[in-house]
Amino acid sequence: MTRVARLPLPERIRRRAERQYLIARAYNRRRALKSMVDRTAQIRRGDILAFVTLRNERIRLPYFLEYYRAMGVNHFLFVNNDSTDGSGNYLAEQPDVSLWWTDAGYKKSRFGMDWMNRLLARYGHGHWCLTVDPDEFLVYPHCDTRPLSALTGWLEASDRRSFPAMLLDMYPKGAIEDQPYAEGQDPFEIARWFDPVNYSISKNWFYGNLWIQGGPRTRNFFRADPLSGPALNKIPLIKWHWRYAYVSSTHMALPRHLNHVYDEDGGEQASGSLLHAKFLSTFAEKSAEELDRRQHYANSKEYRAYHAGLTRGTDLWCSESREYVDWQQLEDIGLISRGNWA
Amino acid sequence: MTQAARLGVVLLCHAQLDIAARMARIWVEGGARVAVHVDAKAPRSAFARMKADLADLPEVVFSRRRQCDWGRFNLVAATQDAAELLLERFPDRTHVFLASGSCLPLRPVRDLAAYLGAHHDRDHIESVTAFDVGWTVGGLNEERFTLFYPLDWRRHRWAFDRLVELQRRLKVRRTLPKGVIPHLGSQWWCLTASTLRAILSDPKRPVFDRYFRLSWIPDESYFQTLARRHSLQIESRSLTLAKFDHEGRPYQLYDDHARMLEESHCFVARKVWPGAKGLLAHFPRPAAGMPDTSPPRPERFERVINRTVRRRLLGRPGLYMQSRFPRKDAENGKTSAEYAVFHGFSDIFPGFEPWLARAIDADVHGHLMGPEMAEFAGRPEIGPGAISSSTLIRDRDPQGFLTSLIRVTPRMQAFQFSPRDNQALNWFMATDSNATINVVTGAWLLPLLDCDMPFDDIRRVTAILQRAELENLNVLNSVWVKARVQIHELTDFLARPQAVMMQALQHLPQKGPAPTDLPAMRDMTGLSELLRRLRNSGLQPRMSGDGLPVHDIPSSERTAAE
Repeated sequence: MTRVARLPLPERIRRRAERQYLIARAYNRRRALKSMVDRTAQIRRGDILAFVTLRNERIRLPYFLEYYRAMGVNHFLFVNNDSTDGSGNYLAEQPDVSLWWTDAGYKKSRFGMDWMNRLLARYGHGHWCLTVDPDEFLVYPHCDTRPLSALTGWLEASDRRSFPAMLLDMYPKGAIEDQPYAEGQDPFEIARWFDPVNYSISKNWFYGNLWIQGGPRTRNFFRADPLSGPALNKIPLIKWHWRYAYVSSTHMALPRHLNHVYDEDGGEQASGSLLHAKFLSTFAEKSAEELDRRQHYANSKEYRAYHAGLTRGTDLWCSESREYVDWQQLEDIGLISRGNWA
Repeated sequence: MTQAARLGVVLLCHAQLDIAARMARIWVEGGARVAVHVDAKAPRSAFARMKADLADLPEVVFSRRRQCDWGRFNLVAATQDAAELLLERFPDRTHVFLASGSCLPLRPVRDLAAYLGAHHDRDHIESVTAFDVGWTVGGLNEERFTLFYPLDWRRHRWAFDRLVELQRRLKVRRTLPKGVIPHLGSQWWCLTASTLRAILSDPKRPVFDRYFRLSWIPDESYFQTLARRHSLQIESRSLTLAKFDHEGRPYQLYDDHARMLEESHCFVARKVWPGAKGLLAHFPRPAAGMPDTSPPRPERFERVINRTVRRRLLGRPGLYMQSRFPRKDAENGKTSAEYAVFHGFSDIFPGFEPWLARAIDADVHGHLMGPEMAEFAGRPEIGPGAISSSTLIRDRDPQGFLTSLIRVTPRMQAFQFSPRDNQALNWFMATDSNATINVVTGAWLLPLLDCDMPFDDIRRVTAILQRAELENLNVLNSVWVKARVQIHELTDFLARPQAVMMQALQHLPQKGPAPTDLPAMRDMTGLSELLRRLRNSGLQPRMSGDGLPVHDIPSSERTAAE
């Protein structure tokens, strides 16, 4: 990928080459995915699909499925990356889930994006596709009164094919282990605090996306090197075409117009947020495991930083944290916008 | 007592025929007769189902199906067909209402009939002369009538635009048929049967039809223009609540609009999102008691829509986020509120920050852009809005840092500045009309008096800071400045500190009566000596102003003497 990006070609052609490379790569990795339960025949025209990669997230799944079912996702396509906690069995029993299994390296498959691109191309074509992690919960304007299909219908009527949702790290007050998370529980009963404005933005000219960093992770774990902090910009909802490809997680996609989800003339486009329920009581265990596996971005630098920070007993909460209420609060603060979706 | 109108409805349906069938039933149950036109593009099975649905209603007739394309004449032709059929089959109708399958009656149809009956000669049709600009949104206005439009914009967008350009260049100007003045308006109208008959049986109708066939979006101009020719009394307001966004797409209505729609007191609203089950169940409101003939009051609803349009086009000033990242100078307000920058004051008065906090009603910070940390008021590690005080995080996006701080805090923000700080925001602040910048040039020199650095280092630091300040002054003196800027040289300031200080504070919100005391000034002894040494070492101190108390021989003579 990087090799393609470095060739001395016009940017447009380089982007196209990269996109084709990503699609070919995803196609090439198709055999790594073993179909466990295939209920994709249930998918009807116009259905909204969710694509998820997971590893050992059993405890989160009931609430995750409940949340997105209520929102109006019609079918879930899961890739189970060699879970050992029974996630696979649980998912196999769900009536609206198709499940694949793989034991291929997470890192080697570009952090699961090869699998996602493959499934998206195969099943997502022509559908609105939501690509999320099991700890990400979409919030969009009017989400308390309008289902996801209202949003996708409106996006479609406005000739838009993608919808941005910035990752918003949620955290509890007090040490992360203090309040244990129970299966089926709304994680935001515990992790219900967030940073209102602590975010920095710059534009990536090559892909045309905004690069957003900041939040509690940067201010606690990446103070010495904010540039290597996690990216928070995400474009999880796209009306997929088999020619599309996610480049790096769901931070950006190709072709480039999918990334142009912001207004540059001073106006506001509609946008949502992915509430990130990462910092729950399950986190310490998970970060220790991920640290051992070294399968994450930049040699799990992130997890190492967390682990160092968390063992010192860091509390992400500060007196300037805000308690989450609803999407209108996020809109007033300016983290999301309804654009012209009245 | 006036008599209620006998209402006929022309119902244009494209998709979602099951909902359209439901609407037809609502109209019929309210006592109206309905002529349905179904787009020929709708699937045959759906049409058959709709027909079967409505088979028990003799009050519903179906007109010949035509293909309807957005912005083309076939929409008008479909309306004409259905209207002719309606008037022929139900000749007793006094009014004809044009609605679509996604138009939802909000009030009982009976109310509408009573309202129309109360002013039975009135034609309710929005009709604005095309030469008064401002009706259309982001499209062609007068040119709709003066150019030829043989192509479908939706399908041949590129060719459409080229053809318009070509005609403009060739100065094409169609001649209007005699006897009409082009008018535009919402395509949803309610005409009296007599006006509609007059339009449909106009002897010149072939001429008009031929003309409008090649005009642009005739469904918004055909009846609107011809009503002016035949109507006795036009009420130029549509009875259908239909708002469009800045790109001319109709707004959709959802369940959460129910209360607002009810308060709007409109008869009919569009366009209902097909999934809005709550709206479809809630409306129309059941008729109770006497028919209510009060007029619609859509103002509040329109205000809400207009606010969203403004949000989409202009956004919230000073907000930079994932879906609003304005280009430089396209911000519609670089920051969200006023703020004040004090350049050099904290160098003259070491206790300036607490003094200022007592004097003005604002959050007074230290050097927010400082090299060691972002010095928030009280020096917390995490500032307002959980903004980190780390310089690395701040310098990752300084503009975002400042705008976020200003946006998240309810009070005015004031902070110190100096050439030692990060200079990345100099242009941004200078071109921001919310900024008040007070500068004392050369004040950065004073802290150097106290330091025990070797002279060589002082000289080097001075050179760097002086260059930084000169660059900043070039910015502040440029023609692009929008901020309120006051620049004083150090000598100037020292000559009359009280007056300059009052001048600096006069635009800021005062806490009480203007303070009469000044904070303690830094000890200036040694300044002239330092300036002399700097000058002698080859560095001309430029920013501190002339006439400092340098009781010395002029430098030129001195050099000569040495």
